[in-house]
Amino acid sequence: MSKKKSIFQLLTEKPWEKDQIEADNEHQGQTLNLSKQKLGLRTIMAASTVLFSLFIVAYSDRMLISDWKNMPEPWLLWLNTVILVISSLVFHMTTKYAEKDDFYKTKNGLYFVGFLAYSFLIGQLIVWYQLMNTGYYATTNVANAFFYLFTTIHGLHIVGGIYFWGKTTSKFIKRSLKKEEINNLIDTCAVYWHFLLAVWIVLFGLMLSS
Amino acid sequence: MSDEYEHKLEAKSDYATEASSVSTPDIDAVPDAELPDQELYHSHSWWTTYVFSQDAKYIGIQYALTAVGTGLLGLVLSWLMRIQLAFPGLGWLDPAAYYQFVTMHGMIMVVYLLTALFLGGFGNLLIPLMCGARDMAFPYVNMLSYWAFVVAVLVLLASFFVPGGPTGAGWTLYPPQAITAGTPGYNGGIILMLISLILFVAGFTMGGLNYIITVLQLRARGMTLMRLPLTIWGIFTATVLAMFAFPALLVGCLMMTLDSLLGTSFFMPAMVSLGEKLTHEGGSPILFQHLFWFFGHPEVYIVALPAFGIVSDLLSVHSRKTIFGYRMMVWAIVGIGALSFFVWAHHMYVSGMNPWFGFFFATTTLIIAVPTAIKVYNWILTLWRGNIQLSLPMLFSLGFIVTFLNGGLTGLFLGNVTVDVPLSDTYFVVAHFHMVMGIAPILVIFGAIYHWYPLITGRFMNETLGKIHFWITFIGSYAIYFPMHYQGFVGVPRRYFEIYDSPYIDTSTLLLNKFITIAVLIVGAAQLLFLYNLITSARLGKKAEKNPWKANSLEWQTPQMPPEHGNWGKELPKVYRWPYDFSVPGAKEDYIPQNQPPSEIIGAKVEKT
Repeated sequence: MSKKKSIFQLLTEKPWEKDQIEADNEHQGQTLNLSKQKLGLRTIMAASTVLFSLFIVAYSDRMLISDWKNMPEPWLLWLNTVILVISSLVFHMTTKYAEKDDFYKTKNGLYFVGFLAYSFLIGQLIVWYQLMNTGYYATTNVANAFFYLFTTIHGLHIVGGIYFWGKTTSKFIKRSLKKEEINNLIDTCAVYWHFLLAVWIVLFGLMLSS
Repeated sequence: MSDEYEHKLEAKSDYATEASSVSTPDIDAVPDAELPDQELYHSHSWWTTYVFSQDAKYIGIQYALTAVGTGLLGLVLSWLMRIQLAFPGLGWLDPAAYYQFVTMHGMIMVVYLLTALFLGGFGNLLIPLMCGARDMAFPYVNMLSYWAFVVAVLVLLASFFVPGGPTGAGWTLYPPQAITAGTPGYNGGIILMLISLILFVAGFTMGGLNYIITVLQLRARGMTLMRLPLTIWGIFTATVLAMFAFPALLVGCLMMTLDSLLGTSFFMPAMVSLGEKLTHEGGSPILFQHLFWFFGHPEVYIVALPAFGIVSDLLSVHSRKTIFGYRMMVWAIVGIGALSFFVWAHHMYVSGMNPWFGFFFATTTLIIAVPTAIKVYNWILTLWRGNIQLSLPMLFSLGFIVTFLNGGLTGLFLGNVTVDVPLSDTYFVVAHFHMVMGIAPILVIFGAIYHWYPLITGRFMNETLGKIHFWITFIGSYAIYFPMHYQGFVGVPRRYFEIYDSPYIDTSTLLLNKFITIAVLIVGAAQLLFLYNLITSARLGKKAEKNPWKANSLEWQTPQMPPEHGNWGKELPKVYRWPYDFSVPGAKEDYIPQNQPPSEIIGAKVEKT
């Protein structure tokens, strides 16, 4: 396995020199010691971070214009946040169980995570319903529009997560993969869960503080 | 297995103690593969082989054909616009149609032709082959990426058939005019355009994920990053740029779609339209401009960096010489990529920004000329005292250097705020960006197609037809764009659908407009010649032997040419050197492929560059 190198070390290699040729011939062809799923997830998270950052920049810029009217935050949003925090914690525990090869606890953990994720989505929909009933439509003020936009984009990310959670869970139940392979998938999903929690906290915090 | 391992250990220790005696065959030894071979999807029907293919080579060709097909429409649109400009008063096009064609031409050429062809087409074809992988990291996702692109193209084309036609807002789609009555396609075409772009971004993200991970993780043994051909460096860096830039387009498109469909006010200010007050209020059109150009400027380099990379390889192979300053070329690619995120507002000098803001962006814009100039010098130094073969790829590469230099120099003018303000929105800008981002990358694409055609079909393209194609395209594009620079200097504004003889317009402009249009028609027709060549050569072209250009990079070293499913037969290649060992003193041939073991080239002394 290649040793870890900084990007600067890497870019200053001289591939034509004898010593470097000898070292390079030993190279296994992999840059980072990561599974392709994990690296794929990191790439997606990087792109998503840019996406959400740009939304936040747009929000902060648009907020300065005088027609901005803040939207109330229903208490249910706090409950949804707690659900998301718990689901992230449970997923963390589940990865530990999976490491210890505890099939039943892992299985229950995965099911519970899925249940919490669906509850969160349903909770968000109820918040939408409440807001629309009290007259906070997307067209009423751009602050509301941003709220609907943020929750939709974040919700779609959760839906994507649920898709991969489903695939992982069914593979886990069928025991069709080796232990390292299935643990790698569970870890990957867990990292995504933590990422979406972090995104939600930033978005929710932004809307609370403005 | 264990025997093998011991043998290898012995071999290694021999190598260490007798490093000077090069005659031992153990110098070929490389460690055993620690990583398992990739599992491949094997197709079992015509549909899964040729239509819903998961083989990156087929996906690359599918991407390329779809992109070229869409690009042909863009070409025809440019003909129609030019005829209108040359013969005003003929009533050939009405203003709405003219703006719609301008918009569709721009968007098709930039996004659906160039981006899709370089990254989707050449990326899929070349990344696994040049890195020594069997396929992309996620072949199924790769297939989804292509089909998302197809749907995006279909949605875009569908906008021609909705009431009101496609959008006529210009390829920048600036609100509020893009979604306000009076602009062609303001309530139908624009929505389809935005949806199509959203689909394109989604599809591209799936593809880009594959390109990044395949380059980083799935290379052959011995293939370090600094042994990769510059083509891969260019495509890789462009993909990273795209992954960071396309979200900005996505954000802009999503919010504008909501403004248009739901009536929100992200970008739409309070406005009176057709005597009626619209429901929007407070929106910020300038916000869209920032988002658009935060995508739009890196987009220029998303197209240019793969072209830089490909042209470096073409020049090296066809002048039988090591690329001059390989590391500097890599640094320039990475540096240009990083800088490209800090220059976007130079597209907005006339939007009324703070002068210091403009000053900052003018400075960064001029700084980006440094790595770019390094690249141009290095291309020229690669040619210097090279054994230049005036083959078709070389001709197009030379054409690229001149054209890119030309377009780059006018970029220096436009990068300065004070020079840009009078030249903004004139034909000078049109000439600049067509030279640097239209003709230059297209010349590389042609060179690359002539170069890699034997890899795909096992045959060469017709040389005579190719030379006719080159000279008409090369001289013709100068006939088109040189006069436009002049028109810009005398102040002819762009985006006017008719330019009459008037006190404000010089008569020479009208004459030049006719001249340009004739050149456009001839150059366009020459592309049909290219298409004819492309199609017929697959059957009738001269048969190519293996590695016909005597190149070093891995894509030519597959057991079969064209490469089969899985690319490498039973054994994955092992890489012993970088791809630029041309004309090495003491070697039997004037090239040493990357996977040729050292024991086969004893006596060759690789020189430093």
